Amino acid sequence: MTMRRALARAGFYVLVAGIVLYTVFPFYWGIVSSFETGSALFDADLLPSNPTLDNYVAVFEGQPFGRNLLNSVVVAAAVVAISLTLGLGAAYALGRITFRGRSFLLLVVLSASMFPQVAILAGMFELVQWLGLYNDLGALILSYLVFTLPFTVWVLTAFMGELPKELEEAAIMDGASPLATIVFVFLPLLAPAMAATGLLAFIAAWNEFLFALTFTLSDEMRTVPVAIALMSGASQYELPWGRIMAASVIVTAPLVALVLVFQRRIVAGLTAGAIKG
Amino acid sequence: MTAHTEGNPPSSGLAHRRATTAWLFLLPSIVALGIVAGWPLLRTVWLSLTDATLTDPADANFVGLENYIWLVSDPEWWRSVINTVIFAVVSVGIETLLGLVIALALDAHFRGRGLLRAAVLIPWAIPTVVSAKLWAWMYNDVYGVVNEVLLRLGLVTAPVAWIADPDYALTAVIAVDVWKATPFMTLLILAALQVLPRELYDAARVDGAGPIQTFFRVTLPLIRTGLMVAIVFRMLDAFRVFDLIYVLTGNTAETMSMSVFARRQLVEFQDMGYGSAAATLVFIVVAVFTVVFVTFWRVRLEPIR
Repeated sequence: MTMRRALARAGFYVLVAGIVLYTVFPFYWGIVSSFETGSALFDADLLPSNPTLDNYVAVFEGQPFGRNLLNSVVVAAAVVAISLTLGLGAAYALGRITFRGRSFLLLVVLSASMFPQVAILAGMFELVQWLGLYNDLGALILSYLVFTLPFTVWVLTAFMGELPKELEEAAIMDGASPLATIVFVFLPLLAPAMAATGLLAFIAAWNEFLFALTFTLSDEMRTVPVAIALMSGASQYELPWGRIMAASVIVTAPLVALVLVFQRRIVAGLTAGAIKG
Repeated sequence: MTAHTEGNPPSSGLAHRRATTAWLFLLPSIVALGIVAGWPLLRTVWLSLTDATLTDPADANFVGLENYIWLVSDPEWWRSVINTVIFAVVSVGIETLLGLVIALALDAHFRGRGLLRAAVLIPWAIPTVVSAKLWAWMYNDVYGVVNEVLLRLGLVTAPVAWIADPDYALTAVIAVDVWKATPFMTLLILAALQVLPRELYDAARVDGAGPIQTFFRVTLPLIRTGLMVAIVFRMLDAFRVFDLIYVLTGNTAETMSMSVFARRQLVEFQDMGYGSAAATLVFIVVAVFTVVFVTFWRVRLEPIR
């Protein structure tokens, strides 16, 4: 019996080790490759034999990668700021007030977050050109709202609904306006939820590819995912893998660090996106 | 737990004032969504009924359903539909099974649980474009680590061009999606598992049920709804797949998805009308799928925690 239990336990740990290897290895391999150049890159060594920072230097020399990083930060930060501001008000209405049309609006918000981006590509292209925003970061800030805003509203509504209603009643008794109630009563309590939601929206905007690929044209206006996707070498068949891996590590390492630090909040925010059956 | 407040029915004057407040706070979001989602969607549907080109969208003539008639007789379109369906069904199927296994492991108490959870979050945190590049490098036909490992294990005799070979390309794409999206599936399933009371497992053990029996008789029926929601979320995501396929295999017919097809017509061939028709069909497929799910499963639309 104890033999069987020991075996089951060992089997379980083998399974866990297998899962960890599977999930971590590709990124680990990318990091290893990013420190290798020349023939070392093509050897399947588990540690770089001659570690070098050449690829990291080259990423910033051959193309405006620093500018691309800045573009991504600006776009994602702007989109998050707008989404959180608008989303907080909407979440107050949907999470704290019962009114006719509420269920319908929730359905609209949920559908909008499930939206296939390609379905608005043509109409958005037209709108962007009409506004004179083609090949401009404004086009990305505008178009990214289509997925960050519904997501923010939905998750904040979930968090908002959890707060005790006595808080609001007390504020109303004191004669506070709804806006004052949101800013002075709910906002401080929702700060952790806002941070988690904002972080998730930031990641979504940081990773976006279809709109960034379609609405920008010059290398200077690219965001990092597009810059990485379009990195090319001397010929189509000789991709600069070392540089691509270095760029990938630069773009991903901060995200992985943030996600690991804010694990619990991220998981709470992600699962709040689910719906109850 | 439902999100809205319930309590004593307030006086109708107050209720009316509260409703006005609600709409006032919703207005900015409704206007914003109207501009960035509603309007472009309507325009896309309209453009799909015209012969508009990307270079001069203003110079468009109404052509009725002509684009759609072309579309249904276009073998490349049907190829992309079939690819998308295969991609969605196979990858979400595998992600569900894998996600269940990992979520059950994470639900157990053992040393190193935190490490496992952190490891599982990593693929989720990596941008799709980066995931595609990481795997493209591992798949490399000459220097890739995948071929290296398979060669050493003796599973293949010569390196395989995983991405370039039409026989393997879709499989290679699916494998990357499974790696990237299983964490999301795992987290949603884990959330469903963690609300189950521990006493249920104790009761099952007292009744002499083994772990497998407990899983099928107790756990699975109780997480069924949570599992369905996770599957539907992933399905909707898989139906609109673009980044992964575009970066990994470009515009090749073997792996082209509906979204890749639509963008190619729209941007590369500058055929705004035809591309819009394809995009509209993607939207209709996703919309019908959502409506069927919401009505069939009688999902209550409440954001929850």
